[in-house]
Amino acid sequence: MDQQILNAIFIGSIYALFAVGYTLVFGVLDILNLAHSAVFMLGAAVTYSLVVNHGQPFWIACILGVAASALMGLVIEHVCLRPLRRRRAPPIAALISTIGLALIIVAAIEQGQPGSFFAWLWVDGANSVAFPAGTFPNPIWHVGDMTLEASKVAIIPISIALMLVLGYVIRYTQVGRGLRAVAENPRAAQLMGIDVDRMISLTLVISSALGGLAGILFGVALGDISPYIGRDNVEVRGLAVIVLGGMGSIPGAVIGGYLLGMIEVFALVVLGSNARGGVAFAALFLMLVLRPQGLFGAQLRERI
Amino acid sequence: MDFFIQLFTDPVTFWNSHTLLIAQIGINSIIASSMFIVLYSGQLSLAAPGFMAIGAYTSVLMDIDWHTPLALNIAAGVVLAGLAGVLVGLPVLRLRGVFLAIATIGFVEALRLGVILNLPITGEGLGLKNPTADPLGGVNMVLASLLVVLFLMWRLTKGRLGAAWAAIRQDELAALSQGINVSRYKMIAFVLSAVLAGFAGGLEAHLNFFVDPGDQQYGVTRAVQILTFAVLGGSGHFVGPVVGAMVVTTLPWIFQQAHDYINVVTGAFLIAVIVFRPQGIVGRGGLAIIRPAWWPHRNRVRAPSPG
Repeated sequence: MDQQILNAIFIGSIYALFAVGYTLVFGVLDILNLAHSAVFMLGAAVTYSLVVNHGQPFWIACILGVAASALMGLVIEHVCLRPLRRRRAPPIAALISTIGLALIIVAAIEQGQPGSFFAWLWVDGANSVAFPAGTFPNPIWHVGDMTLEASKVAIIPISIALMLVLGYVIRYTQVGRGLRAVAENPRAAQLMGIDVDRMISLTLVISSALGGLAGILFGVALGDISPYIGRDNVEVRGLAVIVLGGMGSIPGAVIGGYLLGMIEVFALVVLGSNARGGVAFAALFLMLVLRPQGLFGAQLRERI
Repeated sequence: MDFFIQLFTDPVTFWNSHTLLIAQIGINSIIASSMFIVLYSGQLSLAAPGFMAIGAYTSVLMDIDWHTPLALNIAAGVVLAGLAGVLVGLPVLRLRGVFLAIATIGFVEALRLGVILNLPITGEGLGLKNPTADPLGGVNMVLASLLVVLFLMWRLTKGRLGAAWAAIRQDELAALSQGINVSRYKMIAFVLSAVLAGFAGGLEAHLNFFVDPGDQQYGVTRAVQILTFAVLGGSGHFVGPVVGAMVVTTLPWIFQQAHDYINVVTGAFLIAVIVFRPQGIVGRGGLAIIRPAWWPHRNRVRAPSPG
């Protein structure tokens, strides 16, 4: 059981890190960025490819993987969101354009075979791969009846530290004030001299960097990197997380992430592995029906 | 391009060689119409794949276990989907916008992952074999149903019901203050949409020898695809979603050369259409570019798309 709780905390950390980026974009723009799960996958795929196919050291590859994700955030903003903002399109339009970009990213990775057009990016097609042993130090400790793998344990402090930094930036710095102003009212923010477009670009960059990092951590800890890890693991669960915590609330997303991890592990132990996915979505459905403002109600509802 | 050349020069061969594609377009058009009803009444519901699953499994299970005739099976699926629509609609229709979308995604995935994949009767993760499927013969039935559905859509959007839905979509509060029973009309839209989705699910199951409980069929991926039909085609007019379904379903055939990269092409196409025509292919100002100046047109004010 201890082992299960540990698992819940570490998968919850990944959910939380992913969902923080999701909810940040929703908080600032009122838009669900459905390309976020593709960015999650892209971070992991780029890092893997740099290590295995291009022979780069693991740490450099991680940094470049996060950088590639952040860059993809800029692409999302400039290709999918900004043109629609200019045309005052309804938010649902952005839903479709981000779906379009997600399709492109996943299909590009999926088609990465040796000799193909995307071979520089990925050569394993639709297969699931893992980092070869020895890529990163991964000592294993035994405490009581628990097995602690460094690669899994490390996720917890990394994500918590990152989320604390993000919280600090948003709450106490000039940039954070700008972001919150844009989230509150873009027009008023513009009149106060804030460069709204730059703030939104920044939001997408931060969000995508965190999403990509979550993907890298997922790939490192679970040894499962494929074009579909975003779609299968976090796309809809990310929605569940931000709904549990209250849409647009960063602390809510963090708590929601750990909560979903707990719910899933609990369902796994009590109901068996088949019920795991269903329980998460049933929780999502019930949450929205019973308490659409999220678990923590108004006090965490303040935007981002 | 061969695709279009054949369509115009040799329609008979085209029909024979693309019957399955045509049937799929018909099915997708019906599902897109189901999406249209909820969007037209201002609700972003993604529940259609759930109701399709109910329609499909009901009809196939009745066929396997009781050998009842097809019409009865599909009718039973439609009734069950409608009932499920009432049960799901009662709690979720208080939600708006993206919250409704997420709640309905929750319903779809809870049904698929929690119920369908766990019940022995639905074949768990293995799906169901449908021995009496008729992929080629079903096409006429599908197209006939599509015509009936389109006629219904046309009458509905022109009538009182459609006017009430449009009013709710444009301004719910104003509609309420005009004495429109908003929650009742929303419920009607949601249940009608569920009924149509259940019907499409039953039809689709009849065209396939295998009922597949995968994500592509009854999960979020399908829901997103259906939303794409409606938004891409334009959700302000009942023809829009059908056009969207036709375009998206035929894309792989149109871009045959780019077969391996079809999703790259589809994605780029989606972005291009939505960026240059956020109101959809069939939408306000839709024909303005190609319509000659002397062509008579009513200067109607059309509502912006929902969402």
